[in-house]
Amino acid sequence: MSIVITNISKSYGKVKALDDISFEVKPGELFGLIGPDGAGKTTLFRILTTLLIADGGKATVAGYDVVKEYKSIRNHVGYMPGRFSLYQDLTVEENLNFFATIFGTTIEENYDLIRDIYMQIEPFKDRRAGKLSGGMKQKLALSCALIHKPKVLLLDEPTTGVDPVSRKEFWDMLKRLQEKDITILVSTPYMDEAALCDRIALVQDGGILQIDTPNAIVKHYPKPIFNVGANNMYRLIESLNGYEYRHSVFPFGEFVHYTDSRPDFDPVSLKRYLESQDLSEIHIEKTRATIEDTFMELAK
Amino acid sequence: MNNNIVIQVDKLTKEFGDFTAVNAISFEVSRGEIFGFLGANGAGKTTAMKMLIGISKPSSGEAQVAGYSVRTQAEVIKKNIGYMSQKFALYDDLTVRENIAFFGGIYGLSKEGIREKADRLIEELGLGAVSKSLVGSLPLGWKQKLAFSVSMLHDPKIVFLDEPTGGVDPITRRQFWEMIYKAANNGTTIFVTTHYMDEAEYCDRVSIMVEGKIEALDTPKRLKEQFKADSMNAVFLKLARNIE
Repeated sequence: MSIVITNISKSYGKVKALDDISFEVKPGELFGLIGPDGAGKTTLFRILTTLLIADGGKATVAGYDVVKEYKSIRNHVGYMPGRFSLYQDLTVEENLNFFATIFGTTIEENYDLIRDIYMQIEPFKDRRAGKLSGGMKQKLALSCALIHKPKVLLLDEPTTGVDPVSRKEFWDMLKRLQEKDITILVSTPYMDEAALCDRIALVQDGGILQIDTPNAIVKHYPKPIFNVGANNMYRLIESLNGYEYRHSVFPFGEFVHYTDSRPDFDPVSLKRYLESQDLSEIHIEKTRATIEDTFMELAK
Repeated sequence: MNNNIVIQVDKLTKEFGDFTAVNAISFEVSRGEIFGFLGANGAGKTTAMKMLIGISKPSSGEAQVAGYSVRTQAEVIKKNIGYMSQKFALYDDLTVRENIAFFGGIYGLSKEGIREKADRLIEELGLGAVSKSLVGSLPLGWKQKLAFSVSMLHDPKIVFLDEPTGGVDPITRRQFWEMIYKAANNGTTIFVTTHYMDEAEYCDRVSIMVEGKIEALDTPKRLKEQFKADSMNAVFLKLARNIE
């Protein structure tokens, strides 16, 4: 196993940031921690990178214990924190050189690993890191986290606040790194990125709601789920929330995802109800659950 | 000017040296509309928004916001709009009630007015048990819902929301949008930026900025038809890719 987390807990005063968490990440796996701010994702990353000591439990990364063998871990792990943490007043190239030197290597030695990513920012290698755009900062941070050829890559919300185009590029890069036998643990608040991982853990309030492959998680959604649309979104949501048989009502893009509490739900009865609420252009159609649906059902 | 138009933008431009951040953009937003203002990082959204809320002067062009000129009446605009961003919304080291009182005071509400609004807000948002807690101790989602309400304390005609839901959990994110729908339904105009493409679908109309220009503007439905895409995410990727 590349990462083994056993009964890890951590509290800050009365707040339980992590509450008895256990899971494993296999070698070469792209594993996603999916959850909102405050779920405990960053705390877990800090424990795995030896920057924070857990109150209880054990963890190993690349075979090393996070407490007893913290120095070895630092040599074998690449870490990209959520907040941009490179030297803003060093240039792109100086930052990369700095991290290479600290880890006793050179840019040339491991250039293969970062070529795809670094090539995109190399034209700006003399620019100070603080002057880079968000997407370029992210690529530089990833290059710096990779320059010592780590076995395990830990990425804490690398795509938060990043636009959809740069996000897609970033995930393409992760897929290519995975082919080079690097194990990747990545966290994100974007549920659509979960589908790109081999396995995911849905996390909230310091606990794990579920761990599985994205497909299996979606397949286990407990109820038939329907897309409901009408002429007025606001009144549609209000009407659905006021319907006595509703189980869940969540806006999803142009439709509302609706589940019913009755085992023998007939969409015709819902259509009649919505018509009685003066809604028109009513559209009800069965749809497939997404990871976000599952997350919300589990978190309810 | 049509009474129903609350934002009218005409060739609005902002240059920084020889870089044109916002390049002659023009559009209109109607009363009670939810207008999504999208674009990649660095496309010029924030610069454009700063001009519309009266804190940055355009290099050329003009915009009327709530009927006032961004060139000559920026101070009046500030009194007639609400603003909330992901990065700054409330003071973490003030309590819920203190934050409401502070912003109410800034917006020029009377003491009684503030008390009434505070009572109503705290009840509506279900914050009764934490009204004396520091805002910094609240979950992010609660904070953002409170911040949205605070930005509307003075019943502004338009509220500008800059990535209001970043990092917020999916359930709270939807509750937040239900608040947006409610405000729009009451006639408040909502001008919102987001990186969540499903949220783009919640907007009445969406504009997409690419390199300082508005490259697309329509209802989500028509944009999807125009770009032969099945989601706004696909529309966004197509537009940005084509430019590269």
